[in-house]
Amino acid sequence: MNKIKIGASLAACAVLAAGLTACGGDSESSGGTTSTAAYNAANTSVLNPSDKQGGELRFAMSSDWDSPDPGDTYYAFSWNFSRYYARTLVTFKNAPGAEGQQLVPDLAEDLGKASNNNKTWTYKLREGVKFSDGSEITAQDVKYAVERSNFTDELQGGPKYFAQYLVDNAGGYKGPYKDKAPAGLKSIKTPDKYTIVFNLNTPFAEFDYLAYMPQTAPVPRAKDNGLNYKKNIVSSGPYQIDSYDVGKSMKLSRNPHWDAATDPVRKALPDTISVALNQEQDDIDNKLMSGALDMDLAAGGVGPAAQPKVLGGTQKANSDAASGSALTYMTIDGRVAPFDNIACRRAVQYAIDKVSVQTSLGGPISGGDIASTVLPPTVVGHEEFNKYPSAGNAGDLAKAKEQLTECGKPNGFATKLTYRADRPKEVAAAESIQQSLGKAGIKVDLKGYPSGDYFTKYAGSPAFLKDNGVGMAMMKWAADWPSGFGFLQQILDGRTIKPTGNTNLSSTDLPKINKLFDRSTKEGDADARSKIYAQIDNLSMENADVVPLTYSVQLLYRPANLTNVVVSEFLGGQYDYVNLGLK
Amino acid sequence: MGAVVMLVIVSMVTFGIFFQLPKLAGQTTDQLAASYVGKAPTAEAIADVKERLGLDDPLAVQYGRFVKGVFTGQDFSNGPSVEHCAAPCLGYSFRTNEPVLPTLLDRAPVTLSLAVGASLIWLVAGVSIGILSALRRGTVFDRMAMATALAGVSLPVYFTGLVSMAVFVYTFRLWPNGVAYSDFTENPGLWAWNLVLPWVTLAFLYAATYARLTRSQMLETLGEDYIRTARAKGLPERTVIGKHALRASLTPIVTIFGLDLGLLLGGAVLTEQTFSLPGLGSLSIHSILSGDLPMVMGVVLLATVFIVFASLIVDILYAVVDPRVRLG
Repeated sequence: MNKIKIGASLAACAVLAAGLTACGGDSESSGGTTSTAAYNAANTSVLNPSDKQGGELRFAMSSDWDSPDPGDTYYAFSWNFSRYYARTLVTFKNAPGAEGQQLVPDLAEDLGKASNNNKTWTYKLREGVKFSDGSEITAQDVKYAVERSNFTDELQGGPKYFAQYLVDNAGGYKGPYKDKAPAGLKSIKTPDKYTIVFNLNTPFAEFDYLAYMPQTAPVPRAKDNGLNYKKNIVSSGPYQIDSYDVGKSMKLSRNPHWDAATDPVRKALPDTISVALNQEQDDIDNKLMSGALDMDLAAGGVGPAAQPKVLGGTQKANSDAASGSALTYMTIDGRVAPFDNIACRRAVQYAIDKVSVQTSLGGPISGGDIASTVLPPTVVGHEEFNKYPSAGNAGDLAKAKEQLTECGKPNGFATKLTYRADRPKEVAAAESIQQSLGKAGIKVDLKGYPSGDYFTKYAGSPAFLKDNGVGMAMMKWAADWPSGFGFLQQILDGRTIKPTGNTNLSSTDLPKINKLFDRSTKEGDADARSKIYAQIDNLSMENADVVPLTYSVQLLYRPANLTNVVVSEFLGGQYDYVNLGLK
Repeated sequence: MGAVVMLVIVSMVTFGIFFQLPKLAGQTTDQLAASYVGKAPTAEAIADVKERLGLDDPLAVQYGRFVKGVFTGQDFSNGPSVEHCAAPCLGYSFRTNEPVLPTLLDRAPVTLSLAVGASLIWLVAGVSIGILSALRRGTVFDRMAMATALAGVSLPVYFTGLVSMAVFVYTFRLWPNGVAYSDFTENPGLWAWNLVLPWVTLAFLYAATYARLTRSQMLETLGEDYIRTARAKGLPERTVIGKHALRASLTPIVTIFGLDLGLLLGGAVLTEQTFSLPGLGSLSIHSILSGDLPMVMGVVLLATVFIVFASLIVDILYAVVDPRVRLG
């Protein structure tokens, strides 16, 4: 697929956007649509395309939000749902497959314009877009939203990428609640009402992914009451929140000041949207199947009790096995003997029976697809390859023995594997790895630790691993945005290794890989960047210190009465909520 | 006076369990604070949260702050402005930043609806079945009733609840939109209709206990000399059973009813979870799971108040039921 061409056509689309709701919001031209419900139909096309308005779209979930405040939330489902009431500078395309991984302009007229070697990013806002209180949305409202979400002590729920990448004020900016000076964070400039300029401290080619985060959704300073803003959010999207009863429910109705002509992304079909919170998962699944509910908001897939009901009967046609963008894997620490010898690492790569690991993780549906690369298929930069193939993915003992001999350990060796003891599936996977490595003569001592301390004290402490001779660690990882950089940098860039809270569990620090990361941040061309990520993935697998086990998959259910249903790969395998409607 | 001492002890124990036990198990306040930050807690974020919630202060200081809040109110900074929570202030949730007392008052009606409805059903059903069983001791009815009661006592709510939902909601579709709580003030009919299943499920469990208890009490009483005397002096059987036997049998039932109701008012955790009712029970379970001390504290204190209050009512009812305690 040629991403440059699509990008260019999107830009053209944005220029013509006024009045054309087909731009960006509709994938009929390229992604394909279908009106026939079939298993996995929404993975590959937009199911039941429709423009019919009206009705109440009913969501439910088994927990509550961390916070619905766009500046204080970190869950993918929340970022997905927030687009009903919060418009960000850019957002992702409502389309199936790889097309859905693309960013399209939302509140901004176009994607960000980079200059100064990718260190300055400029966005031009659409004119005439209004808040639900009728006032016009300006660049200052976006600047304020970024400041409050990234620099205040109170709003700690969301990520802090802007604080990490933006040039800080001299002396350190303390956020708009403490620092009342009108200039605010000086590296965000608003030269006029509709222009916003971000000045970064380092080149960052993928800044658009930050501009997509709900933290760029405008917040009027006068209406911000910090931690309580979640209960009186001023909407910039097609719906406004009528009530948010913490722990119980949320109700949304149309925002009278939203103008479809300024919004190429959203169809805004239902008249009202309701969310029931803290509902039993089994009850949610049953209600979905009986038609008493339209969508499970948390998008974690149906529960174990409902899975056989969905897959075994007529309901199967109303479900999708959606690939998430998470990878379950095991790291090998090259600093711990005998893994300082690459052949010993490769012996492990060959010896593991990935089918049995997949089974212990819950089988192909909840356990996921068997993985052979670091990048999951739904992340930009993924290329399919397998450097350590075996018949039926069941492990190749002969090859493993060969590598062991090359490593100087023909009779195997002993090592330790850490895992999170309170995660039953991870425990089962670790035990399965212990078994298959045992067959090759590699004796594995299992070391389970509580997940609360896993990254602060154990697997995330390089010193702990080295001092205790722990050669291997179980890990699961998903990125905040679906690009190779977003996914790989925190787990493979040697400069991200931290003494505690480390996520680069293999302590991978290869100059070649580090250089590629640097190159990618300066590379303006998305296609070229994508190739760099594939290269990093290749180098990492060559280095054999990451053993990919499975790419996550979840079984999503969509009642037959829903329209415009499509699984978004951008969100890691959730339905894109923004255009859902009712038949 | 006893009630106040009780509340103080309960609040101290709750505080101690929340803060001290994890500490003994090796948890640091950093880890506690980290659970209130988003997915990727940074050191600064943790420090900010610790400071905002005062987690590093000595336990006595934190408890003192809580008690002071109850009597003088508490200030809460939401960022740009400061709010005042007037006395009696039970503080703000660590997790959602909601004030605790209004949240409790918001959830209490759900639990109250559930508990009162269910208790009426089980009291009427349990006691009448118990009396009938006692009077027809050894008959088929007695055996059937006691077998059902045994099942009722043995089956947990999350089993009977799920089975009843599977049958009545998802198979017969008596509630086409599922069971969801709706406010009494909005639509009393709908309120009652949506609570029928939870009421019956919960009542089934208790009715069983009450039926067995009433039966054994009645049998015991019916064997008493004064019953024989009453019958011998020619009183109609109605009066013998209704006035003499039943009254004497009721005393222990009133006691246990008061305590059961008090306990339930503090939250019927399993029933509320099974039927997704937003009451105090589900609030407490979610607060415990998310490590939300002020909310846990609030529910525990409210539950204590209910139990103390229920015990008081029971004491008063004794006087009504049993003339011997009237002058005591």
